Amino acid sequence: MAYVIPKETYSGKVASMTIGEGAKSIAIGGENTMPFLSFEGAIPNRPVIAMEIQDITPDDWPDNLKKYYNGYYDDAAKWAKFCVEQLNAKAIALRLVGTHPDKQDRSAEDAAKTVKEVLSVVDVPLIILGSNHIEKDASVIVAAAEAATGKNCIIGKAQEGNYKTIVAAALAHKHKLIAMSELDINLAKQLNILITQMGFETDRLLTDPMCSALGYGLEYTYSVMERIRLAALTQNDTTMQPPIVGDVGMYVWKTKEVSASEEDMPQWGSLEERGIAWEVVTAMGMLLAGANLLIMRHPKAVEKAEKVIEELTKG
Amino acid sequence: MALSGVEIFKLLPKTNCKKCGFPTCLAFAMKLAQRQASLDACPDVSEEAKKILGEASAPPVRAIILGAGDKAVKMGEETVLFRHEKRFVNPCAFAVNIKDSESDNEIEKKVAMVIASEIDRVGQKLRIDAISIECASNDAVRYEAVTRMVSSRAPDTPIILNCFNASAAEAAVKAIADKKPLLYGARLDNLDAMVNIAKAHKTPLGLYAEGPEALSSLAEKAKAMGVEDIVIDPGAKSAKGIIEGNTQIRRAAIKKNFKPLGYPIINIVMKDDPLIETAIASVAIAKYASIVVLSSIERWKNLALFTLRQNLYTDPQVPMQVEQKIYKIGEPGPDAPLMITTNFSLTYFIVSGEVENSKVPSRLAVMDCEGLSVLTAWAAGKFTASRIAQFIKESGVENEVKHRELIIPGQVAILSGTLEDKLEGWKIIVGPREANGLPTFLKTKAA
Repeated sequence: MAYVIPKETYSGKVASMTIGEGAKSIAIGGENTMPFLSFEGAIPNRPVIAMEIQDITPDDWPDNLKKYYNGYYDDAAKWAKFCVEQLNAKAIALRLVGTHPDKQDRSAEDAAKTVKEVLSVVDVPLIILGSNHIEKDASVIVAAAEAATGKNCIIGKAQEGNYKTIVAAALAHKHKLIAMSELDINLAKQLNILITQMGFETDRLLTDPMCSALGYGLEYTYSVMERIRLAALTQNDTTMQPPIVGDVGMYVWKTKEVSASEEDMPQWGSLEERGIAWEVVTAMGMLLAGANLLIMRHPKAVEKAEKVIEELTKG
Repeated sequence: MALSGVEIFKLLPKTNCKKCGFPTCLAFAMKLAQRQASLDACPDVSEEAKKILGEASAPPVRAIILGAGDKAVKMGEETVLFRHEKRFVNPCAFAVNIKDSESDNEIEKKVAMVIASEIDRVGQKLRIDAISIECASNDAVRYEAVTRMVSSRAPDTPIILNCFNASAAEAAVKAIADKKPLLYGARLDNLDAMVNIAKAHKTPLGLYAEGPEALSSLAEKAKAMGVEDIVIDPGAKSAKGIIEGNTQIRRAAIKKNFKPLGYPIINIVMKDDPLIETAIASVAIAKYASIVVLSSIERWKNLALFTLRQNLYTDPQVPMQVEQKIYKIGEPGPDAPLMITTNFSLTYFIVSGEVENSKVPSRLAVMDCEGLSVLTAWAAGKFTASRIAQFIKESGVENEVKHRELIIPGQVAILSGTLEDKLEGWKIIVGPREANGLPTFLKTKAA
C-alpha cells in the first residue's frame, strides 16, 4: 500500500493584520491551515506573546511571580520598558485593573494618562485591556483608545454588554479590537457579527473565546478554539476568521497549583517550576488549538513558550 | 475507508433469518456500519465476507496493551482527530527513560520515583505509567541485569525495552517475558531479528523509521512477517516533527483507513531543559501520541502533564464531576460562611478559586447535580429547594457550624423563600450572580 501524505485543503484562511507602528510592528494571522501544519499550507506569521503589565501593584499575584518585577510596580511605563529592554517582550499588554471599582477605582483620565506614559517609552505593539468590569470598561477603554490614537493598538475587551461604545472608540481611533465571549462558539460568532454590522472590518477584529487554565476547564477553551479555527478554514466562515487571543496569564496565576507551597503540597514538587510549567502548558494548549496572540505573565514562561514557537514555526 | 451499510449488506447471506437478533440482513448491516453490532452474531456469513468485513470493521488505530496485570495500559482505538467530534479514547501513557549505563543507585532512585509518582486529581489516580530501559551500554549482560533489577523493584509497572541491539534485547525480553514488555525497537537494519524475538515471546514490537512514509513500509514488512501488535515511532525529535508526523499518521489511519499506520504512536520527548521537555510533551499529548517517553519525572512536571492529559481526554459529552461533600477552603471555624453550589467540575473550580481569592476561610457545600452547572441544574429540577434541604441536613454540616446561614448562588435567588421553608431554622442569603463577585461579597460580609 503506497503512502500518500494526507493533506487537507481548506477554503478559508485566518484574517491577517498588523499591530503597532514602525519598525517593531508585528503581523499576525493569515494562515490557511490548522496550527503549525506547514506541510499543507501557508503560515505567514508566527503566534505572538505579549507580556502583561498593570496600572497598579498587583495584589493577587503570588510571590513566585511577583518577585520578577520588584521595583517596577509603581510605574507602568518603567515596567513596560523593563519587559521590552530586559526581557525582549515583542508586545506589551497593559491591563488597567486599577480602574475596577473593587480595586482602586481609578478614573478613565488616570487610565488615559498611564496609556500615554507607556506609549512614550515603548515602541512594540501595545494591547490595552480594561478591568473586565462591563460598565467601567466602557468609559475607561474609550479614554484609553483616544490617548493611544494613531498607535494602531489592540484594545479590549468588547463584550456583549459594552461592545457598542468600545467598537465606536476603536473605529474612531483606528485600533484593532478584541471581542470576548464566554466559552461558546455561537456566542463568539454572534458577537463578531454584531461588531462587523457596526461597520468594523473583520481584519481588524480579534476573538477571545475566554481562556481557561490547565486543570480549570482548559479542555473547554481548547475545543472552542479548535472549532472556531476549523469553521474559519473548512467553511470559509468570515465571522470565525479573526485571529484568536488566549489571555493565559490571568487565568493561570490564580490557580492553586501556581501558589500552593511545597510544604503544603509535597507531592506537587517545586513551586518555582510548577508555576512556570502551569503557564507554559496552558500556553501550549492554546497555541495547539489555534491561538494567534497570547497574553502571559511569567518571564521564564514567555521565554520557554517563545522557544517552542520558534521550533514549531521554522522550516 | 470503513464500509457503508449497503456495502456490508452485499456481503451478508441476505436470508433475513433473524438469527442475529435483527429483523433483516439490511438492518443488521446498518448496525454493523455504526459499529453497534458484531459480525459474530451472524451464523451463516461466509469466510470470505468475514475476512473483508473483519478488516474493514477493525478500529482505525489498533488496540495494544502495554504491560500485563493491574497496571497494564490500553492504547490505540482512537476514532477522531479532534476531541469535540467524539472523544479521545485511551489516554497516552507516560514513561520515564532509564539508561542502563547509569549507576545502580541512580536507577533505583528513578524507579522509586516512578512508584511514588501517583497522585489523585478530581477523583482519578494519575501516575507515570511505564519505565523505558534504554540499552546505552550496548552490553547484553549489563542490559539484562538492569532489566531484571527494574522489573523486581517495580513488579507491576509496564516496561519498554528501549533497545536496538538484538542480542541485548533478546536477553532482556527472555528475562521478563511474562510482563509483556514493549520491545522498542526494530529498524530496517534489525527488523528480522527483532520480529523473531517479538514473535517468540509474544511481545508487542515498537518500530522506528524517519517519517511516516518509511515507517509505513516498515510496518507492512513487520506485519507480513507475522507481527500484529505494533507501536510506531516516526523518529521526530522536535515539536515540529512531532506535530506534523503524528498528524499525518493519525489522519492516514482515521480518514484514509491506511492500515500500515493504524497503530499507537510512541514519541521520545527527551530534552536537557525540563521546562522545554514539558512543553514539547504537551504537543505530543494533544497531538496523538499514545506513549510519551520523558527523560525525567520531576513532581511539578508530572502534575502539569497529568493534568493536560486528563483535560484533553475528558469526554466532551460528559461533564466532569467532583465529589459531593462539604469542602473546606482555608481553615474555616464554626462561624465561617457556608455556601452551596453544584458539582460540575468547572463550577466547582471557579467558585472555590474565587472563595480562595477572597482569603475568607469558608465552607463550600458541593451538591451532586450530575455534573450540571447551577442554572442548568436548577432548570433540570436537580438543584431544588427540597433536594438542597435534604443534602444540607444529611451532610452533617449542622454539627460543624454554629450559625444557620446558607449562601446560595445569585442565579437561583428564586429558591430562597421555599428553601427557608424546607430548611427549618436556617436563614438563606442570596450571594452574587457570578463567582467573580464572591471576593467582594465575602469580604464585605466578614467586615
